Amino acid sequence: MKHVGLNVAADPLFTASYTGGRGGLVVVTADDPEMHSSQNEQDNRNYAFAAKVPMLEPSDPAEAKEFLKLAFALSEQLDTPVLFRITTRVSHVKGVVKKGEMEASATAIGIEKVPGKFVMLPALARKRRVAVEERMLKCRDMAEILPCNRVEEGTSKRGFITSGVSYLYVKEAFPDAAVLKLGMCWPLPEAKIRAFAASVEELYIVEELDPFLELHIKAMGIACHGKDLIPNQGELNTAIIRSAIDPSQAPALFPAVDLPPRPPNMCPGCPHRGIFFNLAKLKVFISGDIGCYTLGFLPPLSALDSTVCMGASVPIAHGMAKALGEGAHDKIVAVIGDSTFMHSGITGLINTVYNNSASTLIILDNRITAMTGQQQNPASGCNIKGDPAFAIDIEALCRAVGVRHVFVVNPHKVPETRKVLEEAIALTEPSVVISRAPCVLLPEMKVRKTVTFYTQQDNCVGCMSCIRLGCPAISWTAFAEGEAEARGYKKSQKGISRIDEILCNACGQCASLCKFHAITQEGE
Amino acid sequence: MRTTGNILFSGVGGQGILLASEITAYSLLAAGFDAKKSEVHGMAQRGGSVTAQLRYGDKVYSPLIEPGRADIQVAFEMMEAVRYLPYLHKDSRVIVNTQKILPPSVATGKTAYPEAVLDNLTGHGISVVCVDAFGLAREAGEVRTANIVIVGALSVFLPVEAAVYEQVIKTRVPEKFREVNLRAFAAGRKASS
Repeated sequence: MKHVGLNVAADPLFTASYTGGRGGLVVVTADDPEMHSSQNEQDNRNYAFAAKVPMLEPSDPAEAKEFLKLAFALSEQLDTPVLFRITTRVSHVKGVVKKGEMEASATAIGIEKVPGKFVMLPALARKRRVAVEERMLKCRDMAEILPCNRVEEGTSKRGFITSGVSYLYVKEAFPDAAVLKLGMCWPLPEAKIRAFAASVEELYIVEELDPFLELHIKAMGIACHGKDLIPNQGELNTAIIRSAIDPSQAPALFPAVDLPPRPPNMCPGCPHRGIFFNLAKLKVFISGDIGCYTLGFLPPLSALDSTVCMGASVPIAHGMAKALGEGAHDKIVAVIGDSTFMHSGITGLINTVYNNSASTLIILDNRITAMTGQQQNPASGCNIKGDPAFAIDIEALCRAVGVRHVFVVNPHKVPETRKVLEEAIALTEPSVVISRAPCVLLPEMKVRKTVTFYTQQDNCVGCMSCIRLGCPAISWTAFAEGEAEARGYKKSQKGISRIDEILCNACGQCASLCKFHAITQEGE
Repeated sequence: MRTTGNILFSGVGGQGILLASEITAYSLLAAGFDAKKSEVHGMAQRGGSVTAQLRYGDKVYSPLIEPGRADIQVAFEMMEAVRYLPYLHKDSRVIVNTQKILPPSVATGKTAYPEAVLDNLTGHGISVVCVDAFGLAREAGEVRTANIVIVGALSVFLPVEAAVYEQVIKTRVPEKFREVNLRAFAAGRKASS
């Protein structure tokens, strides 16, 4: 799971640390330094310390494969969950991996009742608490001899302690230096670290994000450099490490050129666009969530006022409606995708109804989990493998938890959607609007024969209604002075819009907005 | 020809950059090099500016190219050829697909697409190879092979025999598209030879 996913799974993790399991339990946590695709950059090594479980940290794909076997072996041997930390530049990297033979666990699958180990009532949990400490002591001893914690001799006076992808950057920046590479970043091999520190003149700790190793090494009373030189934000690379330690090595670079930015955008034909286009006009606070629809933040739609974490949109809207008091019902809407609603939106909706709030929730039901690459969800009708599964009826679910006003709209019909949104927002009771249209990236949407829209440029008056949708398939051509008249348009017309028929996915949102019959489908 | 190198792919999400970098990486591996490739998915796609980084040599540690050390940049769009200028050095070579894709601020009439944008590269003495990948792909018989045209244009500058690429393309592309992709690859090679 992603780093933030472990926040959600932290509750069972901390107690699974007490119970252990009956076989291997490895939790892969993927941190995202630099926030390439995340809302925060947290360092999940802190979870290993806090939950008192071992953590392994590979540097590249080949090592990830080897370490995973080690992680399961440790988990079974020490009867503990093992955390396995990767970061963006391990998980989104391709490198050479040698295939091995599948190894099966020696543990037979079955039920075994061991209440003293699995029923974490206080009296029993206190006993397991002792077992946790004993286990971590044993693990600490193992850390001293595990080959994944290795010293690479060097010829310079410098020595580096590092782990994960940072090891690769250190090897490139300082190829002659001695390195203590920690494949297991918790618990730490204290004797090995002391011996290494004593063998070098200058000790540097290189790690992304928090000074995790540094704090624990300094707590051993060992002097070292760390975050006094190395940034504690963003991801590292070879150049950052080299110039942080040897400022004279900072290279002279060609300066960046000031170019129009190219932020990500909703796809042509994205159903979310129709909703956000309307919301932008409704002058409401829009409490957003995690998914493609976060892109509603960007201009020209600029229709998002908060995004925190999965499921946050619904309780934020509820809390704001409560705090603002009477008359706030038409000032706040929450937006959430279908899969995120299933994940953690429903609890917020139950709370909204139960505590008599009056906000409006818009569920963007595009039948898939789009942003992360088309995963199925409990409302999509297929399981994660794509096999048929029961599809939860979102409308019935909302009614079942007590929402009396549930609307369903086709977001591609922009003016009609606006009317429904206005009606829902005006209500003084909780309301849900389900915006239902499939993601254009779904394979079945890609293969269907689309009759694309095109611009009848003679009819275009340059009102820019379609341009304001911010669709990548629609572009504006400004007229030069005198060009409007010369081309037979009104003198005051500033330009015309044009649809790129290759990019167009035929959603028809622009056509539903055009009052001048300048956008039609072929054959009309 | 260099036996270690850093190749930076840049362009717009959806242009087939990942497949192009993938075929190049597999070809380098087949020719006996170590290689690592890094890219970012998710929010970084969806029509935004995207990069893929590919490094090869006897032994590659870091998956990331250092600023100032990209030896070849392969740009799928003109402006995206210039956006990553700090990654280049004076002997870098930039292969550019001469296509313009308008970013939102240009498409909505707020700003203009920069004129003579490639001058920002040639002005520093960086050598630029322009390839009309779309036109060549159309001639090859399928506009969607533009990314393979670009792989072909790049292949001329890498220490890998053409036959190795062709073999990789044959194994990575569905059978009914093999011939057209091989034609696109050959057209790209010719364009930058």
